[in-house]
Amino acid sequence: MRRKSRRTGSKTVVNLVLALICLVWLVPAFGLFVSSFRPATEILKSGWWTVFPHKENVTKDQIQLPKDTDLRQPIEVNGNKYSDDELRSGVKAPDGSRLIWENRRARTIDVQGSGWKMNTTFTIENYKGVLTGKQYKITDSDGTVKTKKGNGLSRAFLNTLTVSIPATLIPILIATFAAYAFAWLRFPFRKTMFVTVIMLLVVPLQVAMIPILKDYTSLGLNGTFLGVWIAHAGFGLPLATYFMYSYISQLPKDLFESAFMDGASNFTIFTRLILPLAVPSIASISIFQFLWVWNDYLVSLVFIGSQPNVQVLSMKIADMVGTRGNDWHLLTAAAFISMLMPLAVFFGLQKYFVRGLMGGSVKG
Amino acid sequence: MITSTAKPNSARPNAKKPKLAITAALTLLVTAINLLLHGGMFFFLRDADLNPVVYAALAIVWGVGGVYFIYWSFNWVIEQYSDAWKRRIQPYLFVGPAFLLLGWLLLLPTVRTLYMSFLDASSEKFVGFANYGAIFTNRLLLTALRNNLLWVAFGATACIVLGLLIAVLADRSSFERTAKAIIFLPMAISFVAAGVIWKFMYYYQPGDEQVGFLNAIVVAFGGEPQAWTSMVQPWNNLFLIVILVWMQTGFAMVIFSAALKGVPEDMLEAARMDGAGEVRVFFRIIIPFISTTILSVTTTIIVFTLKIFDVVMIMTGGQYDTEVVATQFYRQFFMFRNFGYGSTLAIVLLVAVIPVIVFNLRQFRRQGGF
Repeated sequence: MRRKSRRTGSKTVVNLVLALICLVWLVPAFGLFVSSFRPATEILKSGWWTVFPHKENVTKDQIQLPKDTDLRQPIEVNGNKYSDDELRSGVKAPDGSRLIWENRRARTIDVQGSGWKMNTTFTIENYKGVLTGKQYKITDSDGTVKTKKGNGLSRAFLNTLTVSIPATLIPILIATFAAYAFAWLRFPFRKTMFVTVIMLLVVPLQVAMIPILKDYTSLGLNGTFLGVWIAHAGFGLPLATYFMYSYISQLPKDLFESAFMDGASNFTIFTRLILPLAVPSIASISIFQFLWVWNDYLVSLVFIGSQPNVQVLSMKIADMVGTRGNDWHLLTAAAFISMLMPLAVFFGLQKYFVRGLMGGSVKG
Repeated sequence: MITSTAKPNSARPNAKKPKLAITAALTLLVTAINLLLHGGMFFFLRDADLNPVVYAALAIVWGVGGVYFIYWSFNWVIEQYSDAWKRRIQPYLFVGPAFLLLGWLLLLPTVRTLYMSFLDASSEKFVGFANYGAIFTNRLLLTALRNNLLWVAFGATACIVLGLLIAVLADRSSFERTAKAIIFLPMAISFVAAGVIWKFMYYYQPGDEQVGFLNAIVVAFGGEPQAWTSMVQPWNNLFLIVILVWMQTGFAMVIFSAALKGVPEDMLEAARMDGAGEVRVFFRIIIPFISTTILSVTTTIIVFTLKIFDVVMIMTGGQYDTEVVATQFYRQFFMFRNFGYGSTLAIVLLVAVIPVIVFNLRQFRRQGGF
């Protein structure tokens, strides 16, 4: 794909600009990743970028002033005079070091010099904390050990899997059956039905939610896995049908004719011929649907509600954002756990992933 | 995976067809078996108190295997019918489940929501267009509408411009694949996770030590740290929109990138020979050449942006005047229990995407769909 005859000068500029954009794109996620491994107390004291070598004021010495030093008068330190305010915010001494109160009441002053530093205390406690549903111990900033209740994300992870796998395979199986019929069987209302499918492609979910929730309440489907599967299946169907149709309708006609000659029924043709042939397409649309369900928040929020045994990752994390908004050690770890699956899919199945997303972006 | 769960036993065209009464009985029997089996499994799983892993495994096997079993068992019954009936009914077995689901979960609800949008808050009294009137007068709802416009105007535009820019740059760079993967990566993760990521980027704490990246930069350049997402209106919306841009630019980029590869090289060379600069080549040749792609990406991103929900919910919960139509819909529906406003907001979203529906249909017809 490389184009010929590019001036090397402009190419360097292009590379630099692009590298800068890539850096901007990476920083947010990288910050989360690094922070999720930092101890709770560190996260709020220093930015995540301090894990890299950086210049910082490091205390080299301490000066003890006489206890009766009057803070309202200029304060003499090593022969120079400073005001109290200067010492509070830190002031530069003639020798280049920085003077700052260590303890104003005890009249001790830190002599700081700039030096290289890396904050490299890492821990996996955050992950333990969010994954378990049981009590766990955590050391607070002042050294006291506290017992806290875990967030139970491992259960939520399992729930998300239990929701996502059937909510991916069910609609795709149903859609592939339908796509086969639309493409190769002739029956009344075929065209009307298919145009309806296309019309439903971009219908916003919100339009359907209130009536479905009413039905679910009367059927007792609210807060059950089956309810979420059905909802996701319905919302995923138009796209999956359209996607599978565009593949299956392109298959050569002779394929079916010879199979019919051999006396195969439609069902046999479908399971023995179509399904195996359509595997790459099924993979693409499955990945799209799987990630869509895995990342979904709205559908779970509406149809799962407050059932703790069924709650999925996105709901748990959204809950944590609301209730423990400043516990960044937990939030970052939780968010990273929810990203594990999408990232694995992204790096493992990139080809199908991109194809699925490109085909599936119109979903309502 | 699916083919191994059951052996299709349908290929016996010459088997003797039983009489009508027997086929009718078989149909009833298979229906009853399916109802009992799936109903039983449903109630069992709903009330069972199993180990979570066992539960998950059982639920997954039932969910996937169950659907296959429905097709397989009913197909088996249909195979017992006479050939004429078989040919008539079988297509509907294939499209039937899809259509039942679509009818129940999308078609009917749309009609019911439309109907409810003409009823009052508790869906009891007919109020005509009062709800629609309220949308354009109620301050909360108006804010939601205005913010959605902001999202579309800034978010969608930024995604497309940046996507195109990065696609062009990547095409000419020495690390195209890596760059594209990096820009595309955020598409994989959820808005909830992205919300956490950006909440941390924007994090503000009183005092001089800022651990939020943005505030740290501001402080490093001598500025005052800010609480970005709750700050003065309407700029806080832009900080939320940045998240969308971060996530969706990759999508635009990938598609533009594919389209750029389709621009004929000799056309570009000819223009350069005639002395056209790179900028001129870009605006006069490349842009017109990929205009259809730009159009379809634009509609896709606009539809997506119109329905934005998760980001706002996570970042601000709709406070500080960041409400959009989808979050306002949720609030009206679940918190204020105002089904009238809720349905009307949903219909507003639907009306907003109707042009896209028409566009899709026309596109499909042009491709010689049917």
